[in-house]
Amino acid sequence: MKHHLILKVITKFMVGVIILFGLYVQFHGDYSPGGGFQAGVIIAAAFILYGIVMGLETVQKVVPIWIAQKGAAIGVLLYALTGVFSVVFGYEFLNYAAISPEHPKHGQHYGIIIVELGVGITVSFVMIAIYYSFADRTPRLDDNEW
Amino acid sequence: MASEIKQTVLHLSDHLPILQVVVPMLIAPIIVIFNNRLIAWLLSFFGTIICLIISVALMWATADGSVLTYFLGGWVPPVGIEYRIDAANSILLFLISVISVIVMFFSSNALISEVPKEKHTLFYACFLLCLTGLLGVVATADIFNVFVFLEISSLSTYVLVAQGSYVDRRALSASFNYLIMGTIGATFFVIGIGFIYMATGSLNMMDISERALELGNNRTIQAGFAFIIVGMGLKLAMVPLHIWLPNAYSFAPTVVTCFLAATATKVALYVLIRFVFSVFNYQYGFVSEIFLFLLMPLGIIAMIVGSVIAIFKQNLKKLLAYSSLAQIGYMVLGLSLLSEKGLSASLVHMVNHGFTKAALFMALGAFIINTKNPYLSSIKGLGKAMPLTSAAFVVGGLSLIGVPGTAGFISKWLLIEAVLEAGYWVVAVAILVSSLFAVIYIWKIVEVLYFNEKPENHGELSFYLVSPIWILALFCIFLGLNTGLTVDIANMAAEILF
Amino acid sequence: MTMSGDMDSYYLSFIYGHLPYWLFIILMLSGLFIVVSRGNLIKKIVGLNIFQTSVFMFYISIGKISGGTAPILLDKAAGKTDVLYSNPLPHVLILTAIVVGIATTALGLALIIRIREEYNTIEEDEILEMDTQAYRAKNKDNAFEIET
Repeated sequence: MKHHLILKVITKFMVGVIILFGLYVQFHGDYSPGGGFQAGVIIAAAFILYGIVMGLETVQKVVPIWIAQKGAAIGVLLYALTGVFSVVFGYEFLNYAAISPEHPKHGQHYGIIIVELGVGITVSFVMIAIYYSFADRTPRLDDNEW
Repeated sequence: MASEIKQTVLHLSDHLPILQVVVPMLIAPIIVIFNNRLIAWLLSFFGTIICLIISVALMWATADGSVLTYFLGGWVPPVGIEYRIDAANSILLFLISVISVIVMFFSSNALISEVPKEKHTLFYACFLLCLTGLLGVVATADIFNVFVFLEISSLSTYVLVAQGSYVDRRALSASFNYLIMGTIGATFFVIGIGFIYMATGSLNMMDISERALELGNNRTIQAGFAFIIVGMGLKLAMVPLHIWLPNAYSFAPTVVTCFLAATATKVALYVLIRFVFSVFNYQYGFVSEIFLFLLMPLGIIAMIVGSVIAIFKQNLKKLLAYSSLAQIGYMVLGLSLLSEKGLSASLVHMVNHGFTKAALFMALGAFIINTKNPYLSSIKGLGKAMPLTSAAFVVGGLSLIGVPGTAGFISKWLLIEAVLEAGYWVVAVAILVSSLFAVIYIWKIVEVLYFNEKPENHGELSFYLVSPIWILALFCIFLGLNTGLTVDIANMAAEILF
Repeated sequence: MTMSGDMDSYYLSFIYGHLPYWLFIILMLSGLFIVVSRGNLIKKIVGLNIFQTSVFMFYISIGKISGGTAPILLDKAAGKTDVLYSNPLPHVLILTAIVVGIATTALGLALIIRIREEYNTIEEDEILEMDTQAYRAKNKDNAFEIET
């Protein structure tokens, strides 16, 4: 921990803040500017920052490659299954009214939140996966080479 | 608001237009989660069969000229996204689904020779996403949705083409060039959509055509049309914009080449047809001028030049790729006549050529599994060693030439009829000349196949590899004898579009 | 005012009135030029990105209404009814196109990494040269006898 002490301390502090901000953007996306795309990228940025400063092995202990791969698939599945849910209950694909038939407007809210969650999961894991696949390829820099 | 629409309970049959697109999209993430090669293949095969069943049901429902519409999320167009199935899409949905089922069956044994085992799961996921994209482009009636699905299919296609790098590293640069050209094409397409939206303020095809009619001869719409022609020209490999095609086809794995050659360029051409007839008003001077003075000469050049280059190719995959260029020329020519007969000939040729080219590429893939290389010299005498595969190749070749009794004859006959009806007898001669060139390059292969000593070390392949080839070859014969499936529906489609 | 003065102001307004389009055209053409003229694969991707960015700007300019504000419906809740909003639909559309652009860029860069691993260069003409030499080396004896 001798090298880049300030960087490492600040990063550890910032990662939490960035993820928190990402979650804020995620769950306020239905009413105010924001949503899954932006939140996913912000949360992924936290992990990528951690990876850049602490090293690829450290961040891959938190999010292994297989989690990044399957997480991206799960997000897409969440989105698609929301649509299939409406189909099963006799509504059009992605008609959120199916979630709460008595109050279609509430259904819209729930539907948007679930779908944006799927988008957020996919985007953040895809971003992390892209980072992994690029960072894995280059020879690692030694601390002495800085 | 969706809440204000009177909600009626929908049944499974009402959901067919969306299920056609969603089924492969659902299966793709599931097989990534399981990450098992066998499960991946089983689920993909199962999914493509469901797609085929749905497409047959859709074709049956629209064969009488009726139109199925589906409002995504319950939002009524022009606000919401509409899916619209009529005779013209249903025939293409059927083509894509059938080819995907057969290719999937073929890939169970063929893929292993070209792609390492651990990549198979992701390969199938990519394949299904490509299928989703192609089906989505055809099913939707929203022009921006067309772009999104087009890019889904294109991005997965670039990945699939790059998988050929395990055999030949040139697949990487082929895929990269395809990516550059394809993205430029897609971006041109988006600019075109932007101009149309600017002028009409709508993204729904039917709505745009109504509003464009009110606007009359509008410069903005014309600019949008020009951009869309160039963008789609890149995607469908119209002749001066075809540079990506031969390399992408020849270095991709056989499974991918079969699927792409049979579907991808046809879907791009379908988008062009849809835009000309359903979005723009083809009667306007600028559309017919572009078609008469630009697309028709390009189609004729493609026919002749593609065939001539094919004659001189030793790499058989490249030979067939250049022959694909020539066949795309026929389709563009049929479209450029802007007559009902020409359009119907173009649609029939899309389907017939899809089956023909898939059969040829698949038989060639079977040769390559045995000989490990795609060059003409390596298939010497295989006609005796692999009689079934070679016979299927000959059937496909005859259909490509257009011999009576095969699928190719029907569509070329219709095309010549349409050309003569329009009074361009010189063009009809060009079609015949191009067909004669096809005789030369097919005979070149047949000669090497049959008129050589039987090689020692090659034998006929297993049932799982030969049967899909023969299914496609039988399709070539069946569509040549029974034209009810293609010509009647294409005539109906042409009637609807006009 | 003289006739030529009128013409000058006409040309000036033609240039100023279409300012977004001029920017869009310049960006688009420079992007396309980079894609076509550069042999370095990374530069090609950069050119492609510039080209796509021009389209993003074009779409955003379509949605702008002069005097319009950001399309967040907070003003109406506060009792104001005469607020003019910009059209949000082109922005939403181009968000999708931006995501597609990111995917394309990532895929292109991944392909470049693989190409670099295989060929140890990212110059297009060097790759072509290596391919040609490999092909010739294989076909030294007879053009028709090729091993894999």
